[in-house]
Amino acid sequence: MAEVLVLVELNPADGTVRKGTLEALTAARALGEVSAVVAGGPGVAAGARDALAEYGASKVYVAESPEIDEYLVAPKAEVLAQLVAQVSPAAVVIPSSPEGREVAGRLALKTGSGFLTDVTEIAADGTATQVVFAGAQIVHSKVTTGTPIYTLRGNSVAPEPAPAAGEQVPVEVTLSEQAKLTRVVDKVVEQKSNRPELTEAAIVVSGGRGVASAENFSIIEGLADSLGAAVGASRAAVDSGFYPHSFQVGQTGKTVSPQLYIAVGISGAIQHRAGMQTSKTIVAVNKDPEAPIFELADFGVVGDLFQVAPQATELIRARRG
Amino acid sequence: MNIVVLVKQVPDSGTQRSLDPSDNTVARATADNVINEIDEYAIEEALQVKQAQGGEVTILTVGPASATDAIRKALSMGADKAVHVTDDAIHGSCAVQTSAVLAAALQQLDYDLVLMGATSTDGQVAVMPALLAERLGIPQLSGAQKLTVEGSTVKVERQTDGGFWALEAPLPAIVSTWDTINEPRYPSFKGIMAAKKKPVETKSLADLGIDPATVGLATATSAVVDFAGRPPKGEGVKVTDEGDGAQKLVGYLAEQKLV
Repeated sequence: MAEVLVLVELNPADGTVRKGTLEALTAARALGEVSAVVAGGPGVAAGARDALAEYGASKVYVAESPEIDEYLVAPKAEVLAQLVAQVSPAAVVIPSSPEGREVAGRLALKTGSGFLTDVTEIAADGTATQVVFAGAQIVHSKVTTGTPIYTLRGNSVAPEPAPAAGEQVPVEVTLSEQAKLTRVVDKVVEQKSNRPELTEAAIVVSGGRGVASAENFSIIEGLADSLGAAVGASRAAVDSGFYPHSFQVGQTGKTVSPQLYIAVGISGAIQHRAGMQTSKTIVAVNKDPEAPIFELADFGVVGDLFQVAPQATELIRARRG
Repeated sequence: MNIVVLVKQVPDSGTQRSLDPSDNTVARATADNVINEIDEYAIEEALQVKQAQGGEVTILTVGPASATDAIRKALSMGADKAVHVTDDAIHGSCAVQTSAVLAAALQQLDYDLVLMGATSTDGQVAVMPALLAERLGIPQLSGAQKLTVEGSTVKVERQTDGGFWALEAPLPAIVSTWDTINEPRYPSFKGIMAAKKKPVETKSLADLGIDPATVGLATATSAVVDFAGRPPKGEGVKVTDEGDGAQKLVGYLAEQKLV
């Protein structure tokens, strides 16, 4: 059976395997026998191996070198290109983070291949599904040149365990000078949060212009926390300075696809819909009965968010005890 | 400091967009086409760097003849000149092929810094800075919320979840910007008038030394098999809050086993 490489992404905080990687391991099984690739600083693979084996990695390639983390994107692409040349995989699957997409692009050039980004499904014959134009169109595409490279959109595939050997295979890392051009001098965390990561979360609660101030976003955070959800914001809310840009959902922000998306005080402009339209269930609270968000909503409440959201928070807390 | 800004014309994301059923490429001919919004932030950043350091700002676009509208908009903001690569053979090119065309065009220009928007609103692939950096062998500093040039060094804050990475590289380099980096200026009347007289050089694939058979739909590295409109969602439930809206909302979540 052909080998399929999956590039592993780890949580920066604790070195555990990110959910998007478990999803990629699950999706990659349709294409062949899965090998995980861990590339990072010395010792980085130690906390990852068990989860990778549990989710179907027959092999775990371990490429460890301090230089991999010191330079942006290019080192990981070089490590993967070296492995592609060695094992001639049937495909490469990468979680669709900004870094993952950039690694995919560089890898495509290095290996003379095509790549497809942000796919939501990969069929056994290699056909991938993409949802484009703010969720308006579903496209099926195939890579026609070289080794197919895919980046998988978060929350598109449910991760399923499928225990495999997880045999560790060390990879020698020798980076070219070309891979060492952009130095990562510092990694700055500005907002520490115990909430789930926006693109990984099963539930997202987002606030918009209707929230009316930065202070009022505590209402959105309260509702999110009652549900164990991530917090998002519309562009209007971000542009007004209510919430930081890294939480923006939409065309110029994050694309999310959670089980449940709750839009509070968001009108539903195309800019926003582009980032959340593929959510499984959409709930909206807005005082304007004509707001376009209601066209998308499975359940909508026409009402004052300052009444409805805090009350809902209390009711959910009471249910959860 | 010579700066090249890559600008793309895209179908207006505020309108209905589709693929062309005849060849499964983005329907550009029938679309309402505009400058890719995030590119305006890259243009603004280029103008600010020029203001501080001197030099020239050149706009580079690959696209059909109609892309001149996007070029004029960029020039009216204050860029000095433009290069428009246009050739029928480019139609339907994938990102890999487009990056070859852009890289060849850049190699004919004198640049210290290449700037571009972090993503386009049509394809949303967000990979072009990485592809060009790979092809040109120059540093990639993508996803910038802040840019500073100090001598021959470029420093960028790359936006990440809940923070940023501080990046540093020698010039020449390629930087992509998010819409957090600045507030783009509106073209002034004077700027709009001046843009009409600014030089726009048109180049074909032959001018770039690219064999037309290596680009375009027929030799793209990926192909669209088929596409369809996403099935409309079933009619949702909409209730008006009369003091019981929250109760109904939570009731719905419970019914769906979401809480």
